[in-house]
This record gives sequence, C-alpha cells and structure tokens, in this order.
Amino acid sequence: MALLLALAITGITLASMYYFMPSSGYWLPPFISEYGAAYDKHFMLTLVITGVIFFLAQIALAYTVFRYRGQGGKAQYILGNPKLEIVWTVAAGVIFVSLVFAGQNIWVRAHIEAAPADAIKIEMWGQQFVWYARYSGPDGQFGRTVPELMKESIGNPLGIDPEDPAGKDDLVMPVMAVPVNKPVEVILRSKDVIHNFSVRELRIKQDAVPGLENRLHFTASQIGNYEIPCMEICGLGHYQMRSFLQVKSEADYNQWLIDSAIQ
Amino acid sequence: MSHGTAAAPHVHQAPTGFWKKYIFSLDHKVIGIQYWLLALTAVFVGMGLSLYMRLRLAWPSGEFPFFGGAQMTPEMYLALVTMHGTIMVFFVLTTAPQGGFGNYFLPIQIGAADMAFPVLNMLSFWVTFVAFVVMILAFFVEGGAPIGSWVAYPPLSAVGAIAGPGQGMGMNMWIISIGIFCLGALLGALNFIATTLDMRARGMSMMRMPMTCWVWFVTAVLGLLAFGVLLAAGILLLLDRTAGTSFFVPGGLVISEQLIDHKGGSPILWQHLFWFFGHPEVYIAILPGMGATSQILAVFSRKPVYGYRAMVMAMCGIGLLGFLVWGHHMFISGMSPYTAMVFSVLTLSIGVPSAIKTFNWIGTMWGGQIRFTAPMLYAIGFVSLFISGGLSGIFLGQPSLDLYLHDTYFVVGHFHLVMGVAAIFGMFAGTQYWFPKMFGKMMNETMSKIHFWVTFLGVYAIFMPMHYMGIVGHPRRYADTSGVDFLAPLQDMHVFISYAAMITIGAQLLFLFNIIWSMMKGPKASDNPWEATTLEWSIPSPPPFDNFGGRVPVVYRGPYEYSRPGEAKDFVMQDEPMK
Repeated sequence: MALLLALAITGITLASMYYFMPSSGYWLPPFISEYGAAYDKHFMLTLVITGVIFFLAQIALAYTVFRYRGQGGKAQYILGNPKLEIVWTVAAGVIFVSLVFAGQNIWVRAHIEAAPADAIKIEMWGQQFVWYARYSGPDGQFGRTVPELMKESIGNPLGIDPEDPAGKDDLVMPVMAVPVNKPVEVILRSKDVIHNFSVRELRIKQDAVPGLENRLHFTASQIGNYEIPCMEICGLGHYQMRSFLQVKSEADYNQWLIDSAIQ
Repeated sequence: MSHGTAAAPHVHQAPTGFWKKYIFSLDHKVIGIQYWLLALTAVFVGMGLSLYMRLRLAWPSGEFPFFGGAQMTPEMYLALVTMHGTIMVFFVLTTAPQGGFGNYFLPIQIGAADMAFPVLNMLSFWVTFVAFVVMILAFFVEGGAPIGSWVAYPPLSAVGAIAGPGQGMGMNMWIISIGIFCLGALLGALNFIATTLDMRARGMSMMRMPMTCWVWFVTAVLGLLAFGVLLAAGILLLLDRTAGTSFFVPGGLVISEQLIDHKGGSPILWQHLFWFFGHPEVYIAILPGMGATSQILAVFSRKPVYGYRAMVMAMCGIGLLGFLVWGHHMFISGMSPYTAMVFSVLTLSIGVPSAIKTFNWIGTMWGGQIRFTAPMLYAIGFVSLFISGGLSGIFLGQPSLDLYLHDTYFVVGHFHLVMGVAAIFGMFAGTQYWFPKMFGKMMNETMSKIHFWVTFLGVYAIFMPMHYMGIVGHPRRYADTSGVDFLAPLQDMHVFISYAAMITIGAQLLFLFNIIWSMMKGPKASDNPWEATTLEWSIPSPPPFDNFGGRVPVVYRGPYEYSRPGEAKDFVMQDEPMK
C-alpha cells in the first residue's frame, strides 16, 4: 500500500506538470498588447516557482509515506523543530510576497497609469447578451445617453439623445475595430447587469458594471480578429454573448469608420 | 472558572420517547449525526446536479433522463451551477465538518457531558434543516431555480423576473434559505465558542486540546463574524427585490427596453459584503478538514503532531488573514486598483501559514510507523490535494495574473481541489475515523480502500485538466462551447472530464453502500480500535447518553502522547495519570 500510494502521488505529480508545460498545447494564445511580454514572463516565473514547490512537496509526501511505512518498530518521538519551522516560514513568506511585487508592474501599467492623451476612446456597452461599441465620430465627443430612449427596436440601443449635437455623429457597432499600434482607451458600461470584457490576446479583463465607467487601455500590435467572450455570469445567454476585436491597418480602420457611418 | 463548571456536569436524564430521542433531541451526539446525515443527503443532491452539468458540457445536444426527453436548456444549466455551488458550500462543506463532527466530538474531546446550550444546539440544527428544505423547494417554483451562481451578484439577482429565468420566486427562495442558514450557523457558532471556553474538563488547558478542538473553535469564531454580514447583505438584497429599495441597484438600468425603477445603489457593495463573508467561508470549510487531518496523521503515524504550537498559531493566522483578503475576488470588478495591490500582498501572506501546515503534516509522518488504514489514506490524500489546490492560488492572488485568469476554469480547478475535494477528503477521513465511535461498528476496509483509490485518482482527473482549460482561457459558467470559437478544441477535454466525473460519482455510491452495510453488518468496534489517545476513545463505542457514564474525566496529558520513550505502550491516553 505504501509503495502504491507513493507511486500514485509521484505519477499524478509528473502527469500534472507535463500538461502544465507550453508544449502540451494547452497554453495562452500569442499576445498582441504591450502587457503581453511582461504578463507571459511573470506567468512563467510563477509557474516555475509553484512548479518547483509542487514537485518538492508532493515528492516529499510520497517519500515520507513510503519510507516510514509501518514495519513493526517504534516511531520516533519528535515534537517539532522551531528553528526549521522559522526558516521554512520566512522562506515561504519571502518567496510568496516577492512574487507579488515582481508582477505588480503589469497591474500598475494596466490600471494605475492613465491612458495616453492621444488614445482613441471607445465605449463598450454590455447588455444581455450582446455588446455594442460606440465611437464618438469626427467631433470626438460622445453624445448624451438617456435610459428612457434605449430601444433596439427603433435602432437606438444605447439611447443616444437626438437633442444632443455631440451624439449626431456617434457610431454604434456590434464589433470593436481598432487601428493597429495606436493606443485605445475602452470605457466599459452596462445597460442592465454586470458583464465582463476580456480579450485573451490583450491579457486584460475588466467588469462592465452598471452605474460605473470602468476603464482599460491598450495598444494592439497585430492585425487580426480576436474574440471577446463575456466572462461574468449575466443570464441564460451568457455563454453566447460574444463580440470581436478587429485590429486593422490604419487605412482599413478609417475606411471601416466611413463605411460604417454610411450604413 | 471553566474547570469548575465542568467538574459538575449537567445531569440530564436520557429521554425515552422516539421524538425526544431521535428527532428533537438535545443530545449533542444525536444532533451531530443529524447534521452529518443532512450533509450526506446534500452531498448526493449536489453531486447529482454536477453530474447533469457534466453531461450537458460533454454532450450539449444530448437528451438525458428527468428532462422530459428534451435537451437541457442553458438556463437549466446555470440553475444547476447555482444550486450545486450553494448546496455544496453551505449544506455540505459548512454542515458536516463543523455541525456534524464538531457537535459530536467537541464536548467529548474536551471532557464535557454536552454542549454549553443543548436547546440552542437543537434549534441550530432544525433551522439549518429548514434552510435546506427551502433551498430544494426553489427548484419547483414558478420561473425556475435561481440563476446567479453561489455569489448571486446584483443587479442580475436584484431586479426580479425581468432579468430572465430563475430571477423570480426562485431567487427569493435562495436568499431566504441563505438567511435562515445564517441564523442556524450563528447559533451554532455561539454554542461552539461557549463550549470550548467554558466546558473543558479539569486539566484540559487550551494547549492540551486536540487539533480538532482548536479548528472547531477557530471556525466558530470565523462563523460568528462572517455569517452576520451575509445575513445583513441577504436582507438588503431581499428588500431590493421586494420592497423597492436600491441598496445594490444603480439608476438608469434598461432591460428588454424597460426602465428599471431603482436608483442610487451600488452593485460593488454587494460584492464587498458577500466576499467579506465568502472568503472566511472558504476557511470555515477547510479548517475542520485540516484539524481532522492533523489528528489522523498523528494517530496512524504513531507520533505527536509535529509543531503543535506552530500549528495552532498557523490556524489562528489563517483565521485572521482570512478576513483581510476578500478583495482578491474583486480585482477586476472596478474597485480601486490600489486596494488590489494591498489585498494581493495579504492574500499571498496566507500562503505562509498554509506552508507551515503542509510542512508540519509531512513532519508528523516523518520518522513514524505509518499504518495504512482507510482514515489514514484519506488524510494523506487531503495533504496531496491541499498542496495541489493551494499552489494554484498563488496565481490567482496576484492581480496582474488575475487579469487573464479571472473567471476562467483555472479558478474552478483551483477552488474545487482546495476547498471542495480536499475538504471532502477531510470529511471522508473523519467519517472513517469516527464511524466506530459513532455507530459502534467498524467500516468495511476493502470497500473503503476501493473507494479511496477511485476517488483520489478520479478527482485529480476531473480538476487538474480544468487548470489547463483555464490557461487556454475557457470562461466559467458556460453552458457549452458553441458560442466561442477558441473553445472548440477544448471539447474533447470536457468529454474526458465528464467520463472521469461519472466514474468518480459512481464510486460514491460504494461509499454510501459501505456506510449502510457497515452500520448493519460491520464487525463490532472496541472502545479504542485505533489505539488513539484523546478522550473519545476512553469511553464505550457508541458512547452512553452522558458521554462519560457518570465519571468526571480529568486530563493529565497533552493529546499526542504517541511512542513516548520509556512508556510500555506506544500511546498514552490523555486521562491516564502521570506515574
């Protein structure tokens, strides 16, 4: 039984670690934002450190179980070892807390540093179970939104006030297009319940909370089409609530704005 | 003071009528078994729900029994998510380890005849029972079972049926059930604290208490501080739903083109209140398992608990820090990014007492003479699962990494391993260990071992792959993978996990059968079949009504006198006088 248990724990440990490696195919998609390189590096650092602890702890458990299987002798009378205890405790504390500080720069850049002044502002609105991206149009001003006017049935899902001149040129689209290599600030809003905006390739995620205007900023560096799945439970259609981030060349992006405005 | 009280134990006569003896009993042992049976019922309900979730995830268009031969709708899937989580967290993880084993064994282990407040004890069980009935009834009301997962974030949970299926009467029932449960938990917590502080036998100082008593005590303190907050939050949410208040609902919401008549509330406020309860709740679930594990590892390694004092301090440290880290559930909610940095440092600090515990569990076995009985196997399993589930928390406790991993299957894998199955392994271990005392019969060893092996390998096969799906980015609470393109390659893994879940769930029937079979046909248990030292093993199996049969126990020693040099036997009972 002792041998079996030791082998089982070892086997589970090795198999688990095998699939945690990038080569298993279960891995993050390639990144396309300025956070990506730092994120992936810190993810790897955390994986290596926890991986080493995981391996050592499980193997120590397996070894102990096998080594000290009952063989008819008398067990050693050990009450503890305060010195070892303190060393172990301090080591664990230092490793865990320094890991937080090592990774804090990603959080600071994403959330504490403001978006660059020239960032393109896009509002991303969640509603059960669709996304709407709003662009401010040539005037650079978002028009006022009025809850009473929010009616998809008359083509005004975000309730843009027709009385407000700033809203005349606002563009509302079911997908979010952005120009490549240009900073973008996303203002997250919700009409109804909490939704969550995330793009795996950007390595960012943020709730869209009704009543708040949560903000994110990023610069996408690869042209392509990326999925935006809702990541906060919002009702029965949660699993199908999806939009796309379309990263386009600057010319394509400008053309898209013009084409979309005409429609 | 405390010793004086215990020296003159309550003398109450054993009741003779069926109702007084088995149903509305004041005896902590009967109440403990009632809690244990409630949790056993709840765990099979909760597991049944998860089986259906797994069926839908693996075969989204499949038709399964009990659904009228139709496909399972996405709203039904989410109702299952909600009810599975709620039932497991409240009625299993909070009920069996504390209400069940704690009620039965805390008074005996400290040498008392009963809990401090027997009537309160009976009330807390029956209040909890009513909460369970209300929760189950939520399946059968108009509009269907609640949808909101066990966290029930408003506005979804606050605005009523307009927000979709499950938001009508079902959600009211959910909140009412949780409120009732909180009452029961508060009553129980008071009782545990008073009992531990006031009812200890002569000689049973705090530092001579078994680890199990320490965890029940710390857990009760956590419960007393946490459940009151959830109760208050639940009342506010119910008022938002039924009385037109707006604690959690901001103005200007529009659902189905209708303006919602609320203004001025904050959805984030609920998250703060909920997680102020919710995070300590994680420790309420896992601490008793840690205590049982410490106890069992010592007994079957024939060694004292390694670093008893450090273990007690780690336990208290986990309890204290547990109240200071709730914000790590809310990194991406929109709360101040500065708070996130504070919460992350505190969160990772919890890794320190957790590391102490792991180190000391291995230390307890080191140099021992391990007996591989069934309870020992589960306790070793607990340690392995705790390591595996705890370490993934290092990722999630960092806001930087949470930016990608939040609300993915990585989280599902993490908490299921650590607070789900590790805690349940603690319960398996406790059941196996104390069954002889509770029912006077030994459990069948062969069935127990088969159950251990299938379950141990099974839970790893279920929950480890969820981490890999999370790294790919698979969102939680998705009824299937059809709506998002990058999920398609993960469907095979869903099928694998579902097969593993079916096998593992099947093995639980063997556990149930083993319990029933052993109660009827198991060999008779002696007073002390494990050769353990704590007071419950100094009395008959099962114990008499007043626990110590009129004797007043006196404690002379610490709880872990195993293999002490110079003693003839390799264990010395706590109530054996010094030579």
